Amino acid sequence: MADKTTLKYTAEHEWVLVDGTTATVGITAYAAEKLGDVVFVDLPDVGATVAEGKVVGEIESTKSVGELFAPVNGTVLEANDAVVASPELVNTDPFGEGWLIKVEFESLPELMSFDEYSKLVGE
Amino acid sequence: MTETTATEERFSPLHRVHVDAGASFTDFAGWQMPVRYSSDLAEHHAVRTAAGLFDLSHMGEIVVLGPEAADALDYALAGKISGVATGQAKYSLLLAREGGIIDDLVVYRTGDDRFLVVANASNREVVARELLERCSPFECEVFDESDDIALVAIQGPKSFEILSQVPGLDVDGLADLKYYWSHPGRFLHAHEVLVARTGYTGEDGFELYVAPDVAPLLWEAIIDTGAGSGLVPAGLASRDTLRLEAGMPLYGHELGLGTFPAQAGLGRVVNLKKEGDFVGREAAEAGPQSGARVLVGLVAEGKRAGRADYLVFSGEADEAIGIITSGALSPTLGYPVAMAYVDPAFASDGGQLFIDVRGTRIPASVVSLPFYKRESN
Repeated sequence: MADKTTLKYTAEHEWVLVDGTTATVGITAYAAEKLGDVVFVDLPDVGATVAEGKVVGEIESTKSVGELFAPVNGTVLEANDAVVASPELVNTDPFGEGWLIKVEFESLPELMSFDEYSKLVGE
Repeated sequence: MTETTATEERFSPLHRVHVDAGASFTDFAGWQMPVRYSSDLAEHHAVRTAAGLFDLSHMGEIVVLGPEAADALDYALAGKISGVATGQAKYSLLLAREGGIIDDLVVYRTGDDRFLVVANASNREVVARELLERCSPFECEVFDESDDIALVAIQGPKSFEILSQVPGLDVDGLADLKYYWSHPGRFLHAHEVLVARTGYTGEDGFELYVAPDVAPLLWEAIIDTGAGSGLVPAGLASRDTLRLEAGMPLYGHELGLGTFPAQAGLGRVVNLKKEGDFVGREAAEAGPQSGARVLVGLVAEGKRAGRADYLVFSGEADEAIGIITSGALSPTLGYPVAMAYVDPAFASDGGQLFIDVRGTRIPASVVSLPFYKRESN
């Protein structure tokens, strides 16, 4: 599980783990909690080009549908097949095994720090 | 994922108990009610296999009392309420004069001249107002007692086993209480409880009407008694998927002012044979416009569920032939289910239709409701 305090965050309640030019993306525990039990995850294909702020996937719970936004411009390196097979990983381990995609990016946009994100969700 | 804060939030008398149990809350008709305690799916499965305990204190309770109360309700509602025996309950509808549905209700006859009308939380005011007006020519009185009545529901196959063991809860003949009957009981000697074998989940279960100040004690007594049998507190999210599987309509989704009972498959609830006039009779006799859409069940394969407001198509054509009113990936069945209003030409069982799930047309089959029926015991 990633160290939440060193991750970057978006206003769409996604976390981003930056390693070189690779961004691993997932949704935060706060978002997972708001969605409820996740029962279906739709992720982009490997090799797909994604654009910052654009919808690239879906996270469905029994209650509602959440959209996955690309936090960066880039190319999808990997999609987490384990989460597609077991969507509940988004709830049980949102910062770890519940990660969603890895994206190779060119430049990193401005993202929120842990403190800024914590403030956003009032925690 | 946006949050809204109602200007005047209302809280259940059990709010503190829910907070302590770690519930997440949702706004429901201005009330902050538990949406889940831990997991929607776990709560759903608990109700199907053991039992769940729901707080429904937001619902409206209106009492109609007096020598002509039964006649008044025969006039005010779609069903023949005078034919309901003391102790019995009846599902009914409050119709608009034009034939649409103002609310769906459960009416309990709690005495020869006393009825308890239970309304949806969002419709409490309109139901109280309409009943007051419609009952005014009759010798009876109408009281909105919603603020003085809390409601908890235990639902699931183990409901009886658990409820019969709750210390301090004294209800004669609980074992023999039939579906849609109620019986007055006592809790901790002093407090009146109305126990009804009713519910909204498709399982056996009971609904308990009590004074708000007693509700927390009763809630905790039931939770403590049932914990060893798999009882869990259950939120409104699981209640919604449970009632959907059971094919039960929800006001604001399957039912509304623009819907005739016949369209919703509730023609049987409107008693056209009863003597005398009742509000909405003329419109009900005329029926909905020809070609009016009717409620059907839809099932699909895979995991992507159609949801409220998604359009239904008959094929490649651009024009929708229907619209979904409720839908989810059924936790019990494992495939997507939905209720939808479709053009009558497409309402036959076995028909093949398509649901537009955010741009993708997913094949779906028309089935009769309910999707899920418990094995009779």
